[in-house]
Amino acid sequence: MSKEPVAVVGVGQTRHVAARRDVSIAGLVREAAQRALRDAELTWNDIDAVVIGKAPDFFEGLMMPELYLADALGAVGKPMLRVHTAGSVGGSTALVAANLVAARVHGTVLTLAFEKQSESNAMWGLSLPIPFQQPLLAGAGGFFAPHVRAYMRRSGAPDTIGALVAYKDRRNALKNPYAHLHEHGITLEKVLGAPMLWDPIRYSETCPSSDGACAMVLTDRAGAARAPRPPAWLLGGAMRSEPTLFAGKDFVSPRAGRDCAADVYRQAGIADPRRDIDAVEMYVPFSWYEPMWLENLGFAEEGGGWKLTESGVTELDGDLPVNMSGGVLSTNPIGASGMLRFAEAALQVRGLAGEHQVDGARKVLGHAYGGGSQFFSMWLVGSEPPGA
Amino acid sequence: MPEVLKAPLVVEFPFTRSLGPVQSAFLTGLREGVVLGVKAADGRVLVPPVEYDPVTAEEIRDLVEVAPTGTVTTWAWNHEPRRGQPLGTPFAWVLVRLDGAGTALLHALDAPGPDAVRTGMRVRIRWAQERTGAITDIACFEPYDGEAVQPAGHSGEFTDPVTGIVTPARLDYTYAPGRAQSDYIHALSGRRTVGERCPSCRKVYVPPRGACPTCGVATVEHVEVGPRGTVTTFCIVNIKAKNLDIEVPYVYAHIALDGADLALHARIGGIPYDQVRMGLRVEPVWTEDARYPDHYRPSGEPDADYETYKELL
Repeated sequence: MSKEPVAVVGVGQTRHVAARRDVSIAGLVREAAQRALRDAELTWNDIDAVVIGKAPDFFEGLMMPELYLADALGAVGKPMLRVHTAGSVGGSTALVAANLVAARVHGTVLTLAFEKQSESNAMWGLSLPIPFQQPLLAGAGGFFAPHVRAYMRRSGAPDTIGALVAYKDRRNALKNPYAHLHEHGITLEKVLGAPMLWDPIRYSETCPSSDGACAMVLTDRAGAARAPRPPAWLLGGAMRSEPTLFAGKDFVSPRAGRDCAADVYRQAGIADPRRDIDAVEMYVPFSWYEPMWLENLGFAEEGGGWKLTESGVTELDGDLPVNMSGGVLSTNPIGASGMLRFAEAALQVRGLAGEHQVDGARKVLGHAYGGGSQFFSMWLVGSEPPGA
Repeated sequence: MPEVLKAPLVVEFPFTRSLGPVQSAFLTGLREGVVLGVKAADGRVLVPPVEYDPVTAEEIRDLVEVAPTGTVTTWAWNHEPRRGQPLGTPFAWVLVRLDGAGTALLHALDAPGPDAVRTGMRVRIRWAQERTGAITDIACFEPYDGEAVQPAGHSGEFTDPVTGIVTPARLDYTYAPGRAQSDYIHALSGRRTVGERCPSCRKVYVPPRGACPTCGVATVEHVEVGPRGTVTTFCIVNIKAKNLDIEVPYVYAHIALDGADLALHARIGGIPYDQVRMGLRVEPVWTEDARYPDHYRPSGEPDADYETYKELL
């Protein structure tokens, strides 16, 4: 039996900021969920199940969100599931919800991811003092910076590429009212002039710490037919994982990422992603991950990702816009960051992305990753249903 | 076989929580000696209050004062109070439906023993001496055989509301790193770095985990690696990390020890930070009584060729 086609008919998110002291975590997720319901013109009664994701428990000390948030998400008397895959969780959560619709378990599912970084400390959560082990000497940026240097060595990329990415994403964020960072007056000189934190990564090339939530309403063909606004159709979705460290692990272009993308393209009938996909919203917490993921996802040959960035292909008005929303570099509520990528892809093919809309976006990839480059989740959404 | 190591691991952090309008009123009320519930669509008064109706999912904000007296709906005796619990002597965990409330609140009941507790018994709040706007403003409940106290009908509006609280979390573990890590650590005490080889793919894991993550088979063959190695990649750290007593800038490097099939992470010293490069050959520098090398320094050998370590990047 074939799968039920899955449509995104509602998208909602909070205005992401450094600290939302005016709301509880329940109030925060509620805002995003209500905006998604309003977009879909549905009520809590129309939702059959809720699938929720968040960052690792130590990041904000909230161990059982599925218990605490059931009231806020109208889940009483309904199935409620929690998904857990580190930084990629927002993407994985959406895919679990999509699979419930595709398998005809439920007709309409609310999916949501969130994080209130202001109430916790992710760096603390990442550096628990495990006995007998050497402490990590450098923080999250220090974990990823050596891999960026390895990419630069392997690809021969000029050392200004990362700054170009940050400059582009921060300008894109100026067109996105929900983005956390709105750096009016940003210039490439300012990006390049920022201090090096973990050389080769500058302060200006790192993501902020945000409070925010993102929600989507996913539904079947019947639900899509009733939707007041154009749906985004799921054309392919996949997850892959691999260990944090193993002999032969390629941190620059992890195999799990390549395999995940290949699975999505196979499902969606994409022969040449560079030609067949109109835009990409990818998880770039440090600027250099744009060219790295362009290669990992098959948009450029190995060593060629930076050339797309340098030549302006990934600009909002380029041939393959990347991170139209401003990306993780402009907004990073970690638990929600993956879903924000997926949601932006959906908004683009629905034609509802506002000022950062890409003209004629018909197929857009949403991408998330997490852990030590070990969890990957991706979906490709289109303006037309699968097989159309 | 050397003993398998064990050590305590305490994980604790003072998480903060923004309260939102309903919890803010509830906790501010406790500070002022007033218990507030919230009225749901079906007319029930929920204590403790919630922000969203558990039946209709609608937002609820209609705050209602309830009495400081109530009835035990069920209970369990706690023989051995633990750290951070409401009372230091044995007590009953109770669910109390306060007079005027439709739901029960979990708290502690100060009673001489389990024989003194029963479902249906009347109790009242014993307020804490110092109140800050927290559930601990109710020190505990105590048996009460007087009349029900009539609430005064507080509006739930306060001039100086509590808007956030600190909720410290603490977890006490006993951590055991397991057989393979214990062997590795014992060898380090003799300043030898000993990994394990996978019998299937032949890769040498340092530190060893006791199994090969690629092949999924146990690793038992010990292989001494190093002590020298090659810097495969690195970053220059320019910001001081909390709890780390290292002057910045310093170099944090991935080092492939000779004979190992994946790199470990360490600091590089004995060379200006801006002269560290990929391919630099290094050796460990030990300090007295340290479990791990303090850092690695240049060994004086010529740099390794990129081709020799590119697979280890």
